[in-house]
Amino acid sequence: MTVLSISNLNVVFSTEDGPLHALKDVSFDVPANRIVGIVGESGCGKSTLINAILGLLADNGHIDGGAIRFEGDTDLTTLGPDAMRDLRGPRIATVFQDPMGALNPVLSVGAQMVNIQYRSGRSKAEKRARAVEMLEQVRIPDAAAAIKRYPHEFSGGMKQRIAIAMALMMEPALLIADEPTTALDATLEVATIEMLKDLQQKIGCSILFISHHLGVIAELCDDVVVMYAGEVVERGTTRAIFNDPRHPYTARLLECDPARQTERTRNLPTIPGEIPDLRARPPGCIFANRCHRREDVCARPPPDIQIGGGHAARCHLADMPEMEVAP
Amino acid sequence: MLAYFVKRLGLAVIIVSVAMLMLFCMIYAIPGDPAAVALGPRATDAMREALRIKMGLDQPIWVQFWNFFTGAWTGDLGREVLSDRPVLGVVLEQLPFTLALIAGGIIWSVALGIPLGCFAAIRRGSLADRIVGILSVAVIAVPSFVIAIYALLIFAVQLRWLPAIGAGEPGDLGDQLFHLILPSLAVGLGWVGYIARMVRASMLEVLEASHIRTARAFGLPDRQITYRYALTIAVLPTVTLLGVGIGQMLSSAVFAEIVFARPGVGKLVYDAILTRNFPLVTGTVLVTTVLFVMLNLVADLIVGALDPRVRSSF
Ligand SMILES: Nc1ncnc2c1ncn2[C@@H]1O[C@H](COP(=O)(O)OP(=O)(O)OP(=O)(O)O)[C@@H](O)[C@H]1O
Ligand SMILES: [Mg+2]
Repeated sequence: MTVLSISNLNVVFSTEDGPLHALKDVSFDVPANRIVGIVGESGCGKSTLINAILGLLADNGHIDGGAIRFEGDTDLTTLGPDAMRDLRGPRIATVFQDPMGALNPVLSVGAQMVNIQYRSGRSKAEKRARAVEMLEQVRIPDAAAAIKRYPHEFSGGMKQRIAIAMALMMEPALLIADEPTTALDATLEVATIEMLKDLQQKIGCSILFISHHLGVIAELCDDVVVMYAGEVVERGTTRAIFNDPRHPYTARLLECDPARQTERTRNLPTIPGEIPDLRARPPGCIFANRCHRREDVCARPPPDIQIGGGHAARCHLADMPEMEVAP
Repeated sequence: MLAYFVKRLGLAVIIVSVAMLMLFCMIYAIPGDPAAVALGPRATDAMREALRIKMGLDQPIWVQFWNFFTGAWTGDLGREVLSDRPVLGVVLEQLPFTLALIAGGIIWSVALGIPLGCFAAIRRGSLADRIVGILSVAVIAVPSFVIAIYALLIFAVQLRWLPAIGAGEPGDLGDQLFHLILPSLAVGLGWVGYIARMVRASMLEVLEASHIRTARAFGLPDRQITYRYALTIAVLPTVTLLGVGIGQMLSSAVFAEIVFARPGVGKLVYDAILTRNFPLVTGTVLVTTVLFVMLNLVADLIVGALDPRVRSSF
C-alpha cells in the first residue's frame, strides 16, 4: 500500500520577474510503514514540496498540474480548503524545521497540545492525560508539570521533542519532518532520530523525512529521493542510492566519504557552479551546467530511466554507471 | 515578578523626583514675584511680604526646594491662591473626570483600532484594507481638538443626538456615561488610527511566524489561529504604545475638557494658568506626572500578564 503517491507534480510561484518553476515533474511514492528521505541542496524545493502536500503553499504559489494521491485515491490537489484542513493533523502531521519558533510563545505547551486534539471527541481531562503521556514518550522530564510551562522555558532539543510529540499524538498515517534535527547538536540529533524511529514503529506510520544530512538519511531512511533545482533527479532504496548512484548529482553528493557524513556535516558537499535560475529553466537536463559527465545529448530533456526495484534516475547516462576516473 | 515590580516602582520614584526638580526650576525661573502676582496690583508691600513669608519665598533656594520636595512626597502640594484650599484636594476632586475621559478614549481606540487593524491584516491588499489605511492616516493627522469641535458641531449641535457640554448629573451614572461619549471619542479617535496601523503591521508579522504555520499544519480552525494564536501576540506592542501614549491622551483631554466644558484636570490647569494660580498649576502637573508613570507601569504589567516570556524575564 502506498500512503502518498506524487505524480508529475508542478508548482509555480508568481514573482515580479515572471513565473518561477519551483517543482517540475516531481514523482515518488511513500509506501506504508516506510521512512522516505528527501535530500537536496538549500533552495531545491523541499519545503515547497511539503507545503504543496499540506495545501499550505504561499499565496503567490499554485499547483500547475500533477497529482498528490493520499491513502488510495484522494487527490489532494483537488480537495477544498476545509477537506484539506480535516486531513492536516489527524492524517498528515508535520514537524517543522525551526524548533525555536515552531511553538506558540504565549500559550502553554499543554494548551497547544490540547487544542490540536479538538476533533478527537475526548474530554478535556483525557486530552491533558494524552498530552502528558506523549511528552513522557519523548522523554520530557516531569511531563505532568511540563505541560503547564511555556515554550521558552524549554531547551531547543526539548522543544523539538515536544513538536515531535505533538505530531505523533495525532497518530497520523503520514508524518512529515522538515529537517527536524538540523538545529540540534550531534548527540541530540542521534537521540532524536532513534526516538523518531521507535515511535514510528509503535504507531505504524510512514515518514517523509527531509534533511541536508546524508548520514542521518542513511541511518534512518528506507528509501531516498534526491532533489535538485525542483526536480527529483534520482530515487530508490537507501541501499541502491548509496551503493549504486546513477545520477551524476547523486554521485557528487556521495563523493565525500560517507563515514565523514555521519559526523557533524551540516551542509552538503559543494559542487562547483550554481543552480540555474528557476525562472528560466534550461530546456535540457537541469544539472548539465554543473555536470562532470555532460554530453551533447544532455541538451535534450532527460527521461526518468528505470534501473529496477523502484530505482530511477532522470539522466540520459543513467544506464551507463560512472567509470572510476583517475585524477 | 515581585522583584520586577519593586524595580519598576523604584524607577517610577526617580522619574517623579526628577519631574519635581524640573518643575521647581521652571517655577523659579518664571520672572516676577509669585506673591505679587497672587495678590494683584493693589496689595501693599506689607501684604506681599507677609505672603512671601507664608509661602516660604524668603528662604534660601535649596530650603525652598527641600520643602517643596518633601511636601509633595507627603501629599502637601501647597494651597491654592484664590480659595486657600489644599491643592491636592482640588486636583483629586477633578481627577476622576479626567480619568473617565482617558479610560473612555482608550476604550474607543481599542474597541475600534484592534478589530480594524486585525481585519485589514487578514484582508491584506483588499479595498477594505486600503480604506482602513487611508482612514487611519487621516484620523492620526487631524488634531484632536479639531475632531472635538467637529464632533460637537455634528452630533450635539446639528443632529442633537448627544449632549454638548458638561459631565452629566452628579450621581447619575447613565447620564455621566452619556456625556462621556463625545469627548472620549474626540480623545480616542486619533489613537484608533495608530492602533489600527500598529495591529495590522504586527498581525502581518505574526501571521508569517513559524508557530502559525505549525498551527495551520495541525488543521486548527482559522478563527482560532487568528484570534487565539496570532492576535494575542499582535496586540502586545499596542499595549506598550498605549502606556507611553497616555501622556498625549492627557493633552488631548485638556482640549476636550475645554471644548465640551467638562470639569477635569485639563480644565483645572487651563483655568489655573489664566488666573496665574501657580501652586495649582504645579500641583496639577505633578499629579498628572504620577498618573502617567503609574499608568505606564500598569501597561507593562498587562504586557507581563499577556506574555509569559516577559513575565519570566521579570
Ligand atoms: N513564496 C515564494 N515565492 C517565490 N519563490 C519562492 C517562494 N517560496 C519558495 N520560493 C523559491 O522556490 C525555491 C525552493 O524553495 P524551498 O524553500 O522549497 O527550498 P528548500 O529546499 O526548502 O530550501 P532549504 O533547505 O533552504 O529549506 C527557491 O528557489 C525559492 O526561492
Ligand atoms: Mg526548507
